[in-house]
Amino acid sequence: MKYAYYPGCSLSATGVEFNMSTLALARKLGVELREIPQWNCCGASYSHNRGHLFAIALPARNLALAEREKLEVAVSCAACYNKLKAAREAVKSSPEMKEKINRVLNMEYNATYDVLSSVEVFGKRYGLDNISARVTKPLTGLRVASYYGCLLVRPPQLAMDDQENPSSIDDIIGALGGTAVDWSHKVECCGAFHSTYNSKAGFHVIGDILAAAAESGADCITVACPLCMLNLDMRQANVNRQRKTKYKIPIFYFTELMGLAMGILPKELGIQKHFVNPGPLLRAKALA
Amino acid sequence: MGSKTVKKSNLVNISTLFTESRSFVAMVRQESGVDEKDCYQCGKCSAGCPLAFDMDYMPREIMRMLQLGMVDDILHSHTIWLCSHCITCYSRCPRSVDLPRIMDTLRLEAIKRGHAPEKQIKLFGDLFLWSVRQFGRVFEMGLIMGFNLKSGQFFKDIMLGPAMLLNRKISLLPHKIADGGAVKEIFDRTKEMEREGGHS
Repeated sequence: MKYAYYPGCSLSATGVEFNMSTLALARKLGVELREIPQWNCCGASYSHNRGHLFAIALPARNLALAEREKLEVAVSCAACYNKLKAAREAVKSSPEMKEKINRVLNMEYNATYDVLSSVEVFGKRYGLDNISARVTKPLTGLRVASYYGCLLVRPPQLAMDDQENPSSIDDIIGALGGTAVDWSHKVECCGAFHSTYNSKAGFHVIGDILAAAAESGADCITVACPLCMLNLDMRQANVNRQRKTKYKIPIFYFTELMGLAMGILPKELGIQKHFVNPGPLLRAKALA
Repeated sequence: MGSKTVKKSNLVNISTLFTESRSFVAMVRQESGVDEKDCYQCGKCSAGCPLAFDMDYMPREIMRMLQLGMVDDILHSHTIWLCSHCITCYSRCPRSVDLPRIMDTLRLEAIKRGHAPEKQIKLFGDLFLWSVRQFGRVFEMGLIMGFNLKSGQFFKDIMLGPAMLLNRKISLLPHKIADGGAVKEIFDRTKEMEREGGHS
């Protein structure tokens, strides 16, 4: 299994442990992730402020670079996944768009290879049975709320799973021996950067997600997006101040939980970098 | 946010509006590829919108205002800036109206006309793209510091700084890609092509 790997900007800064855990896990499982040389930002939701053509061309450059290597593209961040996949679909479905994009990039891009999220790479391609076979420290008794957020499951034509009740991360948790809880906020938005530029509303949205997870009886939440992580983990203290609550819900990337269950050291996965200390929970469940 | 804005008037002369704003509505239709007439006002978009509680007009109202051609009210609204692009509305719309795409088109038009009632959101987006143009990637540390300085909140989130640095969650220098010129060209060439009228 070999993929062109697109980490995205956050994974070298605020989401560094998503990158660490993804790479450690890939090494463990023999999945080869070759970082796209000289990749650029996908533009996230801000490229739209500069027009539709720009919003497709910016991520398409990465896809054109990956196409030279004749590889499918594996993407970690949910927003990057969405932007790259949207660019591929736009070029694939319209010869006119393809011509324009090739002209903008001054490169040939034919949209030949698919774009996959890391959830698909590990869960579907590597496969649940193979995951189970690699587990040395099952997540026994760990109740996990899988949080999918927005851009892995919307819009429907780009979604990697069901848009209202996705299960691919829950299935991975099950394969690791853990318990995926049923809960209400699987696909609710975390408010993205509202926590930075419109924080009162941003913290409100994040607070609702934490409250729903707490109500479901989950011990922790698992995510597949660096911005979801930042909001649920780093902003948990802000939510506690706003709501006068005392949440201490550890948040994990799903790749961290996979790594833990397969015996990779927490330090190699970057787990010590979280704001909400997951130590007590991991010790209680004999996972660290 | 709701308290920030007062709706101008509850009374509008629909027939005058409709004639005057026909070209604007046609432009939005052309640019977004969405026919505003597809919306039959069921309100499912507003029911599912995570930021609706903070908006001056519900997403459904923006669609109705677009159908009626209420250009000024739409372009001065906070709603088009508060949309977080979560795509819940479009996913659930029984008529498959791509509302996020409409919001993009409206925001772009508001920027062109110099309207941005959500100054901080506009600023953040501008700095984000500035970073991409300069470095090819987003330099998060620079983005946040620039945002705090330019929005006059010098000490915002400063308590998070030491933990961020200690955990190496933020780098002090940008990760600049070697072929940065390629990204600048994407900025410039798409602008040129749009000017030539080759946009989609």
